[in-house]
Amino acid sequence: MSNIKKRLKAERRFKFYGQLGVFLSLLFVTLLMLKIFTTGSGAFFRTTIEADVFFDPKFMQVDKNSSDKEISRSSFEALADSVVNNNFKDLNEGQFIKVREMFTRRFDYQLRDYFLDNKDDYKKTVKLKITASSDLDQIVKGNYPRNVPEEQRKINDYQLSILDELNKQERIGSTFNFWFFTNGDSRDPETAGIWGAIMGSFYALMVCLAFAFPIGLFASVYLEEYTKPGKITDLIEVNINNLAAVPSIVFGLLGLGMLIGVFNMPFQVPLVGGLTLGFMTLPTIIIACRSSLRAVPPSIRHGALALGATKTQTTFHHVVPLALPGTLTGTIIGMAQALGETAPLLMVGMVAFVMEIPGGPLDPATGLPSQIYLWSESAERGFIEKTSAGIMLLLLFLILMNLTAVLIRRKVEVKW
Amino acid sequence: MVYFALLLLFIVSYSFYYFGKNRALKIKFTGDQKLASLPDYYGYFLVLVVFLPSLIIWFILLLYKSNFQELYVMSPTLFPDIAQWSDAKFGLIMNKISNLALIVNIPEADLLKGQTSLLNMSSESELIAAKNLASFDSIYGWSIVIVFILLPVILGLSISRLINQKLNVQPIVEKIIINIIRFSSIVAILVTFGIFFSLIFEAIKFFQYVNFADFFFNTAWNPNRAWVISSGETVDPEILKDAFGWVPLLTGTLLVGSVAMFVAIPLGLASAIYLAEYASSKVRDIAKPIIEILAGIPTVVYGFFAALTLAPILKNFGDSIGIDISAESALAAGLAMGVMIIPFVSSLSDDVIRSVPNSLRDGSYALGATKSETIKKVVLPAALPGIMGSFLLAVSRAIGETMIVVMAASLRANLTFNPLEPATTITTQIVTALIGDVEFENPKTLVAFALGLSLFVMTLILNIIAITIVRKYREKYE
Repeated sequence: MSNIKKRLKAERRFKFYGQLGVFLSLLFVTLLMLKIFTTGSGAFFRTTIEADVFFDPKFMQVDKNSSDKEISRSSFEALADSVVNNNFKDLNEGQFIKVREMFTRRFDYQLRDYFLDNKDDYKKTVKLKITASSDLDQIVKGNYPRNVPEEQRKINDYQLSILDELNKQERIGSTFNFWFFTNGDSRDPETAGIWGAIMGSFYALMVCLAFAFPIGLFASVYLEEYTKPGKITDLIEVNINNLAAVPSIVFGLLGLGMLIGVFNMPFQVPLVGGLTLGFMTLPTIIIACRSSLRAVPPSIRHGALALGATKTQTTFHHVVPLALPGTLTGTIIGMAQALGETAPLLMVGMVAFVMEIPGGPLDPATGLPSQIYLWSESAERGFIEKTSAGIMLLLLFLILMNLTAVLIRRKVEVKW
Repeated sequence: MVYFALLLLFIVSYSFYYFGKNRALKIKFTGDQKLASLPDYYGYFLVLVVFLPSLIIWFILLLYKSNFQELYVMSPTLFPDIAQWSDAKFGLIMNKISNLALIVNIPEADLLKGQTSLLNMSSESELIAAKNLASFDSIYGWSIVIVFILLPVILGLSISRLINQKLNVQPIVEKIIINIIRFSSIVAILVTFGIFFSLIFEAIKFFQYVNFADFFFNTAWNPNRAWVISSGETVDPEILKDAFGWVPLLTGTLLVGSVAMFVAIPLGLASAIYLAEYASSKVRDIAKPIIEILAGIPTVVYGFFAALTLAPILKNFGDSIGIDISAESALAAGLAMGVMIIPFVSSLSDDVIRSVPNSLRDGSYALGATKSETIKKVVLPAALPGIMGSFLLAVSRAIGETMIVVMAASLRANLTFNPLEPATTITTQIVTALIGDVEFENPKTLVAFALGLSLFVMTLILNIIAITIVRKYREKYE
């Protein structure tokens, strides 16, 4: 009797281990997401300091009749300094530097951009919300502890006292950080944006698609419809299966050694990055495409052939259209993998500091994942939340792509 | 401009489809002879003839723009001694000219101080070259557009004159199509050979600098020593004797991989058993996709998580119980990697366990065994080869994983089997070797290809074994 009890106990224990395994795996997914979302959500808002800006002719080289070009070329540095002096009375030189540091380094650009749109404010005083520096931003958001010794802080006690004063006057605010979505990379976390990286990834994916989809589709059609099963087809089959398991970094080495080393293609550009990702995606697309070609029943081929169609007509008028939804699903999943891949981009140099938004696949660029990597390696504290926010965007794109694939599978794919 | 050219090409090709079709339909027939092919095929025929050559030319022009640029700008008439220049000097002058090109057409009054002095410092021929460069883009763009109107139109029109009622284009079109798809499948195979040969080729160059035995059996890894070598210089192998020893990288890779498998195997296998044998179909339908999300998350995310969250937590935990855990320990990287690999183990094992025939289970129940006894004594032994296959695939995945270890593991080689110490891996060193200047004639760059080759061979072998095992197993029950 005790034997049975023992056995049942063992049974319950075993089942518990299984539940524990599933539970822990699910826990990891949740923890990972939670961590990313809690750190990343801050990056969508930036801290501002309200300041009275007097467009003082003394400090400006332009006036309200100046052309946009003149304004863009002139310096607003002196005006920015005057704004600091006007808003914080009686600063000595050391104090001035500390207060100036509380604002973004691109203070003058922000004044210039405002003046470009509002030339009538010349010689007038307006209340503007000036972006705070990233260090101050992190203190306000509570990501930096305030209660550590002064020498370990980037914001010193004097700056903290100013901050508290500003807080009391309700001049510290927060606005939605559009810059994150429209800017390229920057050395200053408060002005760094993801748009350049998104465009870089977009061009790379377009190149990847333009290369891998037609080649993958045609290669599978050839292998499935035009060759007879034999030694050579077997060899190719094994070849492609192995290719699917080659580590992505090796594809990066292929891109570097072959495309850049042998064919002399340029470094750092989405064209080469995209081709490298294309090599990597090719097996995924071929495997998906071949299985959906195989799923098309032979009766359809026989029917077309019996009506007098040639082999090519049968294939391209009847078989390929029926296999297309399955191929598309595979392609989108392959593209999603390519979007998340970092190592190949690292190998072909798409990890440089690029401020400009790339205008085409031949401009130097970074990709979304390599931008995330770059930010995560940065010493500046303010980049941590940018990294997480970048990851959130990357995951969003991946979810959208995978959802599209699922929808195609549900709605369009032909079931035999 | 070059993209505009591509758009133009599409439009021209598309209109040639209708042109060819109409041309065929307008043929006046003599006697009772009919058109040799369907009218559509005459359209297809013209499109293929017009589109393919132009596309190839477009691609070459686009890709080698900088080469054409150099040819156009650095002409021997401007620089008579150009043939004797070294690559470095050529690059320097080219760089100067590109800087000049940005300012050469700006009126003098608008120039900044530094720009004026740059202009004054430049020679006459450099200024002319800069002006040429400034005008190159528009000349280049327009010449492409012209080539892309003229070439297709001339090609298309001249070939369309061949169309008559006797010309049977269908076999020609089909032949072209078959050759296109044949070429595509060759490309797919060429990728494999491309990988293999580019790795082999560069690795051979590497082994001209470094002894074979030194690489595979030396335990010291100090690639910094090679930094003193300038490109192309021949060096005494003795200097590089202790620079590139592979052993600590291999042990580091295996160490991180073992930690990962230590997490992934129990969790993955337990999940697979539960989902395949115990869970209701409802639970299964929800839990399985969620676990598979883990495999879809980009590895850079795991790297970020390991470096910024996991490593500090482990370090603080170690400090609190008095154990020294490095901030770049193999443990943090391995744990994150293990989580990533869970679905690779669980998905494949789950499939294998479910494909064990029910008759085996029923036999065991009939003999009075409990469910867990059946699983342990009957189902798992039957599924063992497939499960082993899934483990091997997971191991090959772990060895080749790059971003997690680049971000969370150490850069310094350390021959150790203690997961609490920092360790570096093969993939980390490939990335480190290629960040910064890439010089194809220097062992510090070339070593990446030798490492890549070893990685490629290792994963390939693991993979072939895994696939063979899984295949053999499948045959047994089918």
